Amino acid sequence: MMMPPPPAPLLLAEDLAVGYFPGRKSARVVAGPLQLALYPGELVCLLGPNGAGKSTLLRTLAGLQPPLTGRLEIGGVPLANLSAAGRARQLSVVLTDRFEAAALTVRELVSLGRHPHTGWLGGLTAHDHAQVAAALAATGTTTFAARPVGELSDGERQKVMLARALAQDTPVVLLDEPTAHLDLPNRVALMRLLHRLARGTGKAILLSTHELDLALQAADRVWLLPATGALRAGPPEDLVLNGTFAAAFEREGLAFDATSGTFALHTPTGPTVQIVGEGAAAFWTRRALEREGFVPTAAPAALRVTVPAGPQAPHWLVQLGERPAQSHETIEALLRALPPLIITNEQAVRAWP
Amino acid sequence: MITAQHPAGAEVQAPQAARRPVGWLLALAALVAVAFVLDVALGPVRIPLPAVMRLLLGHGGPHDTAAAFIVNQIRLPKALTALVVGMGLAVSGLQMQTLFRNPLAGPSVLGLTAGAGLGVALVMLAGGSAAGGFAVRQLGLSGSWALVLAATTGAALVLLLVLALSVRVRDNAVMLIVGLMIASVTGAVVSLWQYFSAPEQIQEYLLWTFGALGGVTGTHLAVLSTVVLAGLGLAFASAKPLNALLLGENYARSLGLNVRASRTLLIASTSLLAGGITAFCGPIGFVGIAVPHLTRALLRTADHRVLLPGASLVGAALVLACDCLAQLPGSQTALPINVVTSLLGAPVVLWVVLRGRNIRSAHA
Repeated sequence: MMMPPPPAPLLLAEDLAVGYFPGRKSARVVAGPLQLALYPGELVCLLGPNGAGKSTLLRTLAGLQPPLTGRLEIGGVPLANLSAAGRARQLSVVLTDRFEAAALTVRELVSLGRHPHTGWLGGLTAHDHAQVAAALAATGTTTFAARPVGELSDGERQKVMLARALAQDTPVVLLDEPTAHLDLPNRVALMRLLHRLARGTGKAILLSTHELDLALQAADRVWLLPATGALRAGPPEDLVLNGTFAAAFEREGLAFDATSGTFALHTPTGPTVQIVGEGAAAFWTRRALEREGFVPTAAPAALRVTVPAGPQAPHWLVQLGERPAQSHETIEALLRALPPLIITNEQAVRAWP
Repeated sequence: MITAQHPAGAEVQAPQAARRPVGWLLALAALVAVAFVLDVALGPVRIPLPAVMRLLLGHGGPHDTAAAFIVNQIRLPKALTALVVGMGLAVSGLQMQTLFRNPLAGPSVLGLTAGAGLGVALVMLAGGSAAGGFAVRQLGLSGSWALVLAATTGAALVLLLVLALSVRVRDNAVMLIVGLMIASVTGAVVSLWQYFSAPEQIQEYLLWTFGALGGVTGTHLAVLSTVVLAGLGLAFASAKPLNALLLGENYARSLGLNVRASRTLLIASTSLLAGGITAFCGPIGFVGIAVPHLTRALLRTADHRVLLPGASLVGAALVLACDCLAQLPGSQTALPINVVTSLLGAPVVLWVVLRGRNIRSAHA
């Protein structure tokens, strides 16, 4: 299938350098020069280790702090030429800032998103109310619209802040670590919601996150900002396959596994064990053995764990060389049985080719 | 578009909270009216309520009676001063609490009160104990133009300093520290003056610090009212920026607010309110810090389009009520207003804030 030519970017940055103390000799460049473009309808995840400048870049794109050098355009207009209100009609943000407006109701808070569209007193028209209602509905927060913000859980609060940004009705939405403080179901739900919004509304949504596996699944494109400040952009799959991803997060003892799309937590150095089997049971057996220090492999080894496929309940067959196999009904039992087996037959394990 | 997918259940309607406060505001306005009439009716000389009402409504018959003189020349100006002072201090406190996102902020955080105090202290120092004290006693404590001018100059100088700094400072938290430091230095200068002064001089100054609503008449009252009305006008025009500032500076900026310009406007408004009131009536504590909390607890909202009129009404009612109590009904003595506002008002606020659902929601 041929890709259609990309539409005009909603946000465009050329040779953008971000950091602190612009215009001074002591200007501190955090990242850059960067070439960036955000297109309508795409969800982009900004990934990078702590301190690489993700938040600084987001704040700069949002116009909350000036760029050190370079050109930044929103909707084809240089950011510097936009008034504060004009910028607020192009771009909305969800920040990590906490605020104390605990007495505001959810609806009042979301209505604040209409700020750049209302008159000097901030009165809401029927259109404004409709936008607020739509933002509440899109984020699934309509049911607690009357509750004070101070009584919300972190997950609810994050959805409400997203609703506020949606009510602002801007083509570009930036979110700084929206998945922080959320539990896994809430993180997944939020990413799914953001992906659906980007597709359904044609907005360009950029978020920074530390959720690598979620970002790899949900993002249309990834902006990878390593500590060196040289940003790489592309579909997540390309970045994984060409090794960019592994290189960006390279640390001592930290290896990115392109097969599973995760970082290896353990660096096994113990005996090799052959795992025979497929599916979820084999996957989790492999994980358990890695944690215990074994080096799992698909090739023949002295120690062999078989996870028989079939309709019966999962069980595990352990076999050392040509000796008779033992059967275990749980991974717990399997892990308990392995060390004595190895200690008593150490030479047999080592002697295998 | 997201507008296309809003379901029938989420009907488009004004939030319920927007309708409820109108009743509250009307009730508060009625309370202010009652407190106003009571304040005029109470005093060392007993004037029957019907006579007071007739005089207030402008068809009181002969205007040369003693009662007419007392009401028109003494009590009415005093009640009007209480009204204006209550509104001004409450609104300036609300603005400072929202701007600095600090529940302890009040009109005094910018150092204006201390600046006015320094002006007064300097006049007393320059006049020397005998002459200065004499002038003060002859002209009445708060009615002295010298004192008003001195206090205004002191407050205005601090205001100019604060405004000049506020244009340069980006961060509101830094601005709060700047204001507190200015207040601290100014207060220290006054203490230094007190340390090297004769007891009589200090006594005059202490009397000024007790605050007084009486004696602001004629031109003084016109000037005070004009200044406070200008300050209130600026404040009410800032309702929308104040609402945006509830979310903090970054969010406010992302909503299209020019934070620096808004802050300058808010500081100018507070300076007019707090500076003007302190200049004419001396420092009146407590109202500016407490009334915003009281209003939030009463109206259960953080929307400044409701809070600003609400706080001005609660402030007016509170100061009028405190002035009624300061007369010690049935006696010839009157207590200093600054003492009464704190002594009687603080327990009320404590009660309201502590019985609220949680203390955190008492702020903003």
